[in-house]
Amino acid sequence: MPPGYVPIFIFLGLTILFPVVTLVLARLIRPSAPSFAKLEAYECGIQAASGSRGRYTVRFYIIAILFVIFDVETIFLFPWAVRYKQLGWFGVAEVAVFLAFLVVGYVWAYKKRALEWV
Amino acid sequence: MPPLPQTVPLSWYLLLSAILFGLGVAGFLFRKNIITVFMSIELMLNAVNLSFIAFSYQFRQVDGHIFAFFVMVVAAAEAAVGLGIILTVFKNRATLQIDEISTLKN
Amino acid sequence: MSLYYTASDHFVLLPAILLALFGCAVLLFDLTALGSPRQRLWLPGLALSGLGFTAVALLRQHMLVAAQGVEISAFRGAMAVDRFALAFNWIFLVAAVLVVLFSYRHLRREGGPDHAGEYLGLVLLAHCGMFFLATSLDLVTLFIGLELMAVCFYVLVGFARDRRSSEAAIKYLLLGAFSSAFLLYGFSLLYGLAGSTRLKDIADAVANQGPGDPVVLLAVVTSAAGALFKVAAVPFHAWAPDAYEGAPTPVTAYLAVGSTAASFAFLARLFVTPLADAREIWDPLLAVIAVATLTIGNLAAVTQSNVKRLLAYSSIGHAGYVLLGLVAGNNTGLNGVAVYLLTYAPMTAGAFLIVAAMRRTARPAAAPLEAVTAAPVAASPRGRSGATVMEAQPELSSPRLEERASADDAVAATAEPAEDVDDFNGLMHRRPGYAIWMLIFLMSLAGIPPTAGFLGKYYIFLSLIEAGRYVLAVIATLYVAVALYYYFRIVRAMFAGEPDPPVGVAENWGTKVALTAAGVLTVGIGLYPEPFLRLVQIAGMR
Repeated sequence: MPPGYVPIFIFLGLTILFPVVTLVLARLIRPSAPSFAKLEAYECGIQAASGSRGRYTVRFYIIAILFVIFDVETIFLFPWAVRYKQLGWFGVAEVAVFLAFLVVGYVWAYKKRALEWV
Repeated sequence: MPPLPQTVPLSWYLLLSAILFGLGVAGFLFRKNIITVFMSIELMLNAVNLSFIAFSYQFRQVDGHIFAFFVMVVAAAEAAVGLGIILTVFKNRATLQIDEISTLKN
Repeated sequence: MSLYYTASDHFVLLPAILLALFGCAVLLFDLTALGSPRQRLWLPGLALSGLGFTAVALLRQHMLVAAQGVEISAFRGAMAVDRFALAFNWIFLVAAVLVVLFSYRHLRREGGPDHAGEYLGLVLLAHCGMFFLATSLDLVTLFIGLELMAVCFYVLVGFARDRRSSEAAIKYLLLGAFSSAFLLYGFSLLYGLAGSTRLKDIADAVANQGPGDPVVLLAVVTSAAGALFKVAAVPFHAWAPDAYEGAPTPVTAYLAVGSTAASFAFLARLFVTPLADAREIWDPLLAVIAVATLTIGNLAAVTQSNVKRLLAYSSIGHAGYVLLGLVAGNNTGLNGVAVYLLTYAPMTAGAFLIVAAMRRTARPAAAPLEAVTAAPVAASPRGRSGATVMEAQPELSSPRLEERASADDAVAATAEPAEDVDDFNGLMHRRPGYAIWMLIFLMSLAGIPPTAGFLGKYYIFLSLIEAGRYVLAVIATLYVAVALYYYFRIVRAMFAGEPDPPVGVAENWGTKVALTAAGVLTVGIGLYPEPFLRLVQIAGMR
């Protein structure tokens, strides 16, 4: 067992123990008087209108597809950001080329009205 | 060179990567819904990423990290194209069960 | 050695830059030219000029490599232009030019927007991926090239967006992504062995470990599985018939020629450089796979009634021959791989393109669509679309030609594609030109001497005999006879069958130019092979 894991296991044990102990303790000492109002959502947003397993409109998927692409592409900016000074103008030029290709995709999606909520 | 601050041996990472990869393969082979099959492939790719990163850490290079970046981006591109194609399939067939889609036959 | 972008980097990368730029340009130009048929005509022109510039860049590379006799290395060894890369790049270029020429106005079957910009852009970007597959010497760039090509093809296969096309696309996508995951797993192990992604370093590491090492074994098996999938070798061939049949036929031609050649370039690079010292592992494996590929491909083709599916299985068979060249492993075998793929490009593209041009016409009694040869514009149900396209054809000025063109266009847009062997019945009586080109392509595919296809098979057989693999040579010869049988079925239908209902041909100048080019190449390489053989002398490279 690698020694670095011992604190993690201790922490894990404590995390599991804490809710168990508090819940059991609370059940032992509290009075029990259930009512409907107590079961409603409290400070946790509005009541759910329907289950979460229903179908979504296809428009969400198109937005999701575009989001995934543009979100993940930014990954290539991180290495440049880390070595920004050393790379100098060369790095700027490379990133400009990269972003230019991204913009082509963006322009295409925009012109095809993929970004509009129809 | 100072020793690597290593608490978990390389082989553990590789084992985890192999297990994840195996789970992905099993998911691909046995699940029937296209979306789930697709997620299994993503799992396989992430298993590969894990082993790239582990090796990269071991060698103290960035090559493996770079490779993992590219794998992630390619996986995203494949997911985007895949979702698009899945939408077309659904529009044509109104189902995403693999067995019900197959009509091209000898 | 500079960290930055050097002149030789640029020189090596230029074809890929041009392809990517023109791919994006076509895509963007399509957005501005929407709704104006005359402007839309520029799209294939723009794509072709992109391919032309790429050809010039390749030619400059070719002349430099030929003059100096060495490879041009770039990006500190991650890419290099050598004879291997050049030979394959010429093959890809032939495929892309043929497909772009042919696809001119061949995508409009649903009557809606033709998405020509996306189509041509994807064709160019797929070509860009192929370029990386042939030119890279590094796992990262190889992987990027493979995926760039594959993702473009996923979209292209599903381009028609009807039932068949989308089914083909989803099958191709799922199996393709599955196989690239295996490939990547192999890559990660190779990286773990070598501590580097350069093929040369991996070759050294594999040599150090020795072929008996279990990690080497696992790496070879997984990466070979991923690569063999792309060439549709047998345990991994299930996607090919479905994808070939379901894809729009010009895409099928591109898939069969470009994607296969690029994947073989990748496979050859992988087996020749980094895995060379693990030969005792993969040699028997590859021999078994090659024979299985030959067997399944050729035997399954015999019973097919759909010509695209028949040609798909025969492509699997052809992949078996190319694999045998790798199994032989000597210089003749390596050259044979390139020669085979070079001859395979025009003949396969030609055969698929003829299938793509054929259209079923309704029986005369059932519907008045006799627009096949010549009919007034108003008689065709799509007279209006015919008229707009006519506008888009300044080069066809005579009224007779205009009528003809719009009628053919109407056929292309409305009639069902004719893909069954029975649809070829009596093609010789209706369209002798097409029947004769098809005969030439089929002869070449079967490997009958005056055509190009014979050369490839000759090299493969020669390499097997030189390597002393007589059993493999005999098996390969046997399947030539099987192939003759199923190709002859199409020939018999064309020359002896009765045309009922008559088949139409949707043609325009692009179709004719593409088919003529493919035919001339097929015959030309067969009759005058020397310059072409010099072009693809790839052996001796490491």
